[in-house]
Amino acid sequence: MTVSVVQFGGSNCDRDAVSALSHLGIDAERVWHEDGLPEDTTGVMLPGGFSYGDYLRAGAMAAQSPIMSDVYEAAERGVPVLGVCNGAQVGCESGLTDGAFTTNESARFQCENVFLRVENADTPWTAAYDDGEVIEVPIAHGEGRFEISGERYEALEAGEKVLFRYCDADGNVTDAANPNGSTGNVAGILGERASVAVLMPHPERATLDDVGGTDGAGILRGFD
Amino acid sequence: MTAYTATVTVRLKRGVLDPEAETTKRALERLGFELQGLRSADHFEVDVDADSAADAEERADEMAQRLLANPTIHDYDVVVEEAE
Repeated sequence: MTVSVVQFGGSNCDRDAVSALSHLGIDAERVWHEDGLPEDTTGVMLPGGFSYGDYLRAGAMAAQSPIMSDVYEAAERGVPVLGVCNGAQVGCESGLTDGAFTTNESARFQCENVFLRVENADTPWTAAYDDGEVIEVPIAHGEGRFEISGERYEALEAGEKVLFRYCDADGNVTDAANPNGSTGNVAGILGERASVAVLMPHPERATLDDVGGTDGAGILRGFD
Repeated sequence: MTAYTATVTVRLKRGVLDPEAETTKRALERLGFELQGLRSADHFEVDVDADSAADAEERADEMAQRLLANPTIHDYDVVVEEAE
């Protein structure tokens, strides 16, 4: 029962992820991407960071790492896979999830707390919450604007694959509460299976009470 | 085999916001230039040995599809010339 936290060159949230998961009693270890996924992997977390210096596009290089074939196969078998921040960019670039995360509308790196509204509580990643519940977690990204064609956005909505939207403290999804210009204020989505999810905000930075609250812990409990 | 250079130009699809281009446009305006618009694009020059220009173009096209461009947000074009 071990969650593999995949470490690419330039990942920098891998240790935080292992700490947060361990704090929740979820066995986790870092796995160097060149070593491939261990056979006893029961979950995969793609952590935040700046893999390959964000060369070409954020996540584009890591998405081509051979370990991503292992991750894709594991996802097909129903192994839970969660991509956070740079891991979300890798998830979209590798085709685990639809759409793309690209340059913030502000063209700036933004590091701040945001509010998220839970859009679908019927997934492993949101089972700890209620539909419409508002949680507070941090973002830290320069390329977090969710982009997708109109047709595929409609398919995401129809398939109830939108997990979280940026909102204000009262749960209103507004332009003012959208930190990066994301289509539909989308902060996180599901892949083809509900066991695969990506999001730009950092749940592992909102899991330990003494460092920024515990609102994100429920997301990591998707590995439980 | 002939040496070719395939030039791949990757640009955002029309309608996709380009904050970097907007920022660059504003900086040019601060310098006193008058301009009506500005779009940015990535430009890759790929040297390949191939049997024909069509073959070189096909390979560069696959490179664009698989890595150089992200089809969700980008359009691209490929121009092949014999290398000098």
